[in-house]
Amino acid sequence: MKRALSTGLPLALLAALAWPAGASAQALELETVAGQLDVTWIIVAACLVMFMQAGFAFLEIGFSRGKNVASGIAKILANFSIASIAWWAVGFALAFGGANKIAGDSGFFFSHAQSIGGEEAFGDTAAFMLFQFMFCAVSLAIVWGTTLERIKFSAYVIYAIVFAAVIYPLGAHWIFGGGFLSEIGDGVQDFAGSTVVHLVGATGAFAALLLLGPRKGKYGPDGKPRPIPGHSMPLVGLGVLILWLGWFGFNAGSTLGTADFRFAEVALVTQLGAAGGVIAASLLVYLKTKALDVGMSGNGAIAGLVAITAPSGYVEFWAAPIIGAIGGVVVVLGVLAIEKWLDDPVGALSAHGLAGIWGTLACGLFTSDRLAEYNGIGKAGLFYSGSFEQLGVQAVGVGAAFAAVFVLSIITFGAIKATIGLRVSEAEELAGLDIATHGMYGYPEQFIDAAEFGAASTGPAALGQSDRSPATVSAMTATEVAR
Amino acid sequence: MKMVVAYIRHEAFEQIRKDLLDAGFPSLTITEVKGSGRQKGITEHYRGSELTVHLRPKIKIECVVEDSAVGVVKETILRHARTGSVGDGKIFTLPVEDAIRIRTGEAGEEVLQAHDAKGVTA
Repeated sequence: MKRALSTGLPLALLAALAWPAGASAQALELETVAGQLDVTWIIVAACLVMFMQAGFAFLEIGFSRGKNVASGIAKILANFSIASIAWWAVGFALAFGGANKIAGDSGFFFSHAQSIGGEEAFGDTAAFMLFQFMFCAVSLAIVWGTTLERIKFSAYVIYAIVFAAVIYPLGAHWIFGGGFLSEIGDGVQDFAGSTVVHLVGATGAFAALLLLGPRKGKYGPDGKPRPIPGHSMPLVGLGVLILWLGWFGFNAGSTLGTADFRFAEVALVTQLGAAGGVIAASLLVYLKTKALDVGMSGNGAIAGLVAITAPSGYVEFWAAPIIGAIGGVVVVLGVLAIEKWLDDPVGALSAHGLAGIWGTLACGLFTSDRLAEYNGIGKAGLFYSGSFEQLGVQAVGVGAAFAAVFVLSIITFGAIKATIGLRVSEAEELAGLDIATHGMYGYPEQFIDAAEFGAASTGPAALGQSDRSPATVSAMTATEVAR
Repeated sequence: MKMVVAYIRHEAFEQIRKDLLDAGFPSLTITEVKGSGRQKGITEHYRGSELTVHLRPKIKIECVVEDSAVGVVKETILRHARTGSVGDGKIFTLPVEDAIRIRTGEAGEEVLQAHDAKGVTA
């Protein structure tokens, strides 16, 4: 009885709200509800994309050595926060403040009822602004993949401001915000940002790496690369799976609404792309090395997801696993080739850069007539239209974004290097960034002997009279104890 | 026979190992150890509080050689482990009574010789 009451009452209230007197009022109500549903989905998607910060944190920390783990957390917290303010003050305005050629010009210090691009901004624009910020933050997180274990913390702070205020907004404006790349042909197709987010981030990473140089010990005296294994494969795996989850917000959220159930189709396309990436990368690395390399399977997942990001709203289901699989192949070959010259600890250049380029170009091959028309951007790809036109437009988009971001990033990192320095001292690098920069160890018990704490924390030995042997004694000692 | 025991900085080890190998001394053992000397401790910060760690991580090398080879081993270690700063470590030389190669039961100085391991299954 009680249960029936508690569920029955809100339902009755809902019914009273949903069926007002007039028929026109009813239509208006439904439109409002639909609009609210769209905004709800955007905010849910924004939260999923926010969670990708956790994915990047774990991925990077897992691929780092145990002496550089706390710094990964500090970096994500600082970057994510600083970029938020920069995006609110400047970045969003440059990216989405009106459809000019190079950058928007309204919406600085975003506020309620402000006129942005000729329209007043309310909660729905705030949802869009937050969602787009999460993209900017993902792109920024990608930048640091190549710089682990040796970059100065101050470089994070300075580049985060420049990136979120200027560099990312320019690329986003050109393709998402009505800038000049959306006017080439019928527009560059990049549904959720293979180029805008992933290639842009990887290009920043490339510029940083060129000025930073490899980690100490990466290349032997003979110049040959040596693997520097990360300290935790489980953390890498967790990072990959969190990113995969976040990607449903990333791609399916880019529908910016729930109309025609497109978001659900995009989610399925995303899943198929990721699956293709894992399978292809795992098979290829097994064929090449006769070992099922877990890190490479993870990179395959990321590459599949990055590759399917641009086409996710433009291609049919059948194309998704193919695009993802080619992304998986690209990442394996890319990691193995780049490793010979550049020290990229997490494989960001391959997984986000090369796979991002491939994903953007893939639109020029796989975009279907139906979906090019539905989105109203660009034309069908080569396999539908028989024409190379869209492929050419995609290539221009890739080239323009890469060139602009590379130049701006080299200037920014070059200025940091020339003034306060980009890299920690050799002694700090050897000691690890955790103790050198943050004054603490990420895994204290690995570095501080229990004896330092006196009798307070001495582990199993403190059991004294206990008949249980400490877990660490060797088999031989255990036998002697038994005698 | 003598055992050379050295406590050194981590970063010096790789070059020492390489030079000892080139000089014909492939056999050595290392241990990750923690110890204190004149080098100051490390100050750790944990949620705003300070914690001074007195024991610093070092590498301990143990290497048993014939008496005549002790000089070469010590020189090699000194060459790479000395930075001139506090915390470079120490070298000790200890007498060794006997040595036995477990696989064959051979005893004495001959077990110290680097030998051809052909026909030996790992």
